[in-house]
Amino acid sequence: MKVLLGLGGGDDSLRALERTVNRAADAGDDLTVAILDDPGADPSVADVEREAESALAAAGIDAEIRRVDGDLGSELVTMAEAEGFDRIAIGGGTTSPMGKIQLGSTAEFVLLNSHVTVSLVR
Amino acid sequence: MSRDRDYPDVVAGPFEAPPVSFEDRAGRTVEIRPYDGSDAEYEAVVEMYVAFDPADRAQGIPPGSEARIRSWLDGLLEKGSLNVVAWDGETAAGHATLVPDGDTYELAIFVLQAYQEAGIGTRLMRGLLGYGADSGVDRVWLSVERWNKPAIGLYEKLGFGISDAESFEMEMSARIAAGDHTG
Repeated sequence: MKVLLGLGGGDDSLRALERTVNRAADAGDDLTVAILDDPGADPSVADVEREAESALAAAGIDAEIRRVDGDLGSELVTMAEAEGFDRIAIGGGTTSPMGKIQLGSTAEFVLLNSHVTVSLVR
Repeated sequence: MSRDRDYPDVVAGPFEAPPVSFEDRAGRTVEIRPYDGSDAEYEAVVEMYVAFDPADRAQGIPPGSEARIRSWLDGLLEKGSLNVVAWDGETAAGHATLVPDGDTYELAIFVLQAYQEAGIGTRLMRGLLGYGADSGVDRVWLSVERWNKPAIGLYEKLGFGISDAESFEMEMSARIAAGDHTG
């Protein structure tokens, strides 16, 4: 399966990275990782990219890593449709202090606009 | 979580601090008290959440299994949350909490299905806000499903205003600091 993993840099992104990479290794997915190129991001884009590289190396698989500008949600949807991806995987939301799951704007946009299957990784 | 939220200019309340006892609309005597941390109260609250209808869960809370319920409650207590419980005898009928979030507090309230639509939610909210104000809490926020008009109406009646209507869940906020009331 051709999978597009979108990483915004939040805690939920790193969890999505680990699980999506492990699944790709198990299932033989053809994985592409898209990282939001936000100059003000914390952790930085370079940090997220290093995390992605080390997760891929640990799982023993290759994947293209791309930086995307602008709005991550719309970029993911556009790439998935233009390049024939079967699935978009993204972080499944952060949790509030009391433990409520909160979906960010990227997840909301992708869920409502994607014509390919979306995995929210928990 | 620590992003800036708008809060109403007007301080809500004043709210009477618990303990408060009243007769609900089904004729049951219900008492609202701050949670005392005893094993008996802890287990009664766990029992309430185990019996909770999954259809009334909000954003994954309360969790579905007893083990997860316990670890979720433990987490709330470790974070220094302020908790009040509505009691029908020794049965926990409702629980409301204020969980520290930087210099604000996140609020949530749960009423067991058999005790809903009996006026307990309103009294529990007032009890929690009174307890919070007495404990030095001022800025309070919560999230609520945008389709949940009865809950939104209740929060508005208590002095909450909408602080974010642009995400999946609606956020509302209030200020409750004791002593700031003009009226």
